[in-house]
Amino acid sequence: MSRATLDLWVGIFVTIGIAAILFLALKVGNLASVGSTPGYHLQAAFDNIGGLKLRAPVKAAGVVVGRVEQIRLDPQTYQAVVSMKIDRGFQFTKDTIASILTSGLLGEVYIGLDSGGDTKMLADGDRITKTQSAIVLEKLIGQFLFDKAAAGTAPTAGGPAPQPGAGSAAAGAAK
Amino acid sequence: MFADTIAGALRRVGAATLDSLARLGFAARFSVAIVMHLPGAFRRLSLTLREIYFEGVLSLVIILVSGLFVGMVLALQGYDVLTRYGANESLGILVALSLVRELGPVVAGLLFASRAGSAVTAEIGLMKTTEQLSAMEMMAVDPLARVVAPRFVGGIISMPLLASLFSTLGIFGAYLVGVRLIGIDAGSFWGNMQAAVDFRYDILNGFIKSVVFGIAVSAIAVFEGYNARPTAEGVSSATTRTVVASSLSILALDFVLTVFMFRGVGV
Repeated sequence: MSRATLDLWVGIFVTIGIAAILFLALKVGNLASVGSTPGYHLQAAFDNIGGLKLRAPVKAAGVVVGRVEQIRLDPQTYQAVVSMKIDRGFQFTKDTIASILTSGLLGEVYIGLDSGGDTKMLADGDRITKTQSAIVLEKLIGQFLFDKAAAGTAPTAGGPAPQPGAGSAAAGAAK
Repeated sequence: MFADTIAGALRRVGAATLDSLARLGFAARFSVAIVMHLPGAFRRLSLTLREIYFEGVLSLVIILVSGLFVGMVLALQGYDVLTRYGANESLGILVALSLVRELGPVVAGLLFASRAGSAVTAEIGLMKTTEQLSAMEMMAVDPLARVVAPRFVGGIISMPLLASLFSTLGIFGAYLVGVRLIGIDAGSFWGNMQAAVDFRYDILNGFIKSVVFGIAVSAIAVFEGYNARPTAEGVSSATTRTVVASSLSILALDFVLTVFMFRGVGV
């Protein structure tokens, strides 16, 4: 095989190899839109983060505006402090509410940001004060069952609202 | 009698230990020598290009075809499981992540070891057997610079390109089966994939893996060839050792790299 043919084949090989890397980077990894966009950091403290994971999306009105970068537990307040990186192009007001939401019943957990009407904007390193924790399904079911049980025992106790005060009032009336 | 058996056994253990220690020492000296000769491989670019042709271009067929089939099988099997949970649309994520993170570098590395690594070992071993390496030394040509370094560099350059091509063809094969054959929506196939695959985290780590595997396979291949006993049998056992040792080291390195790269995900 002559020198020129060999060089040509190596050239073709390297070209399609680099094309494959570009394909992976642009079409599969979508580097162009989310890769290394510069951004700023925000923090938010939640009572319960549910199933939130690192690199979970941060969305505003359903649009991905950033990613969760760090999750840790504050040893003083026992709250989960979530640090997120927001793309530089997006600004949020000081009274923004951060809530932990789930897309669908079994979908991914993400942080939703709802902007308020404040004129001041959040800057790098700021903390979002208004937060709404994750809804834990087990607690919800427990609450529902408790309410159901309370409603079921109410008629036998003789009153619509089974409160200790009502019971003592009834006892007082019987005297 | 009994004492003789024990003494013989001890002698064999000692000889084996000394032998493997000597091999290890030679391997260390050899690695240093290769690293010293690396700039030479770029000075003699035409030799390196020739090796990229033999190790990379000639491996293209097996890499491309196996990538395509691995992707198609992944799509079929993945669809079968995902459809039970009504998550057909996640097929793109499953295929892309398994190919880019693991299967691309590992399977391409295994194929590369058996297709190119064995050939390199056999070639160098045969050169040693026919005393071409000694002849080069007689002519004041360093065989490490002339023979070993270009093959080493050629392997390191070829391996990441082959692994990327493997992943690309695999994703294309999954697209053919998933979108064209089964009928998943093309938009959600690509869209979910792009949302889930991170460039630095997934693609760059997979690329680093393939570079590491390329270094491991090439180093083992040239070392076994250079260290082969100069007989027909010696070359044959050296070739076998190359394939076995590189396959095992690829799998072991993959585990170690995965632990370092992907632990703590989803904590």
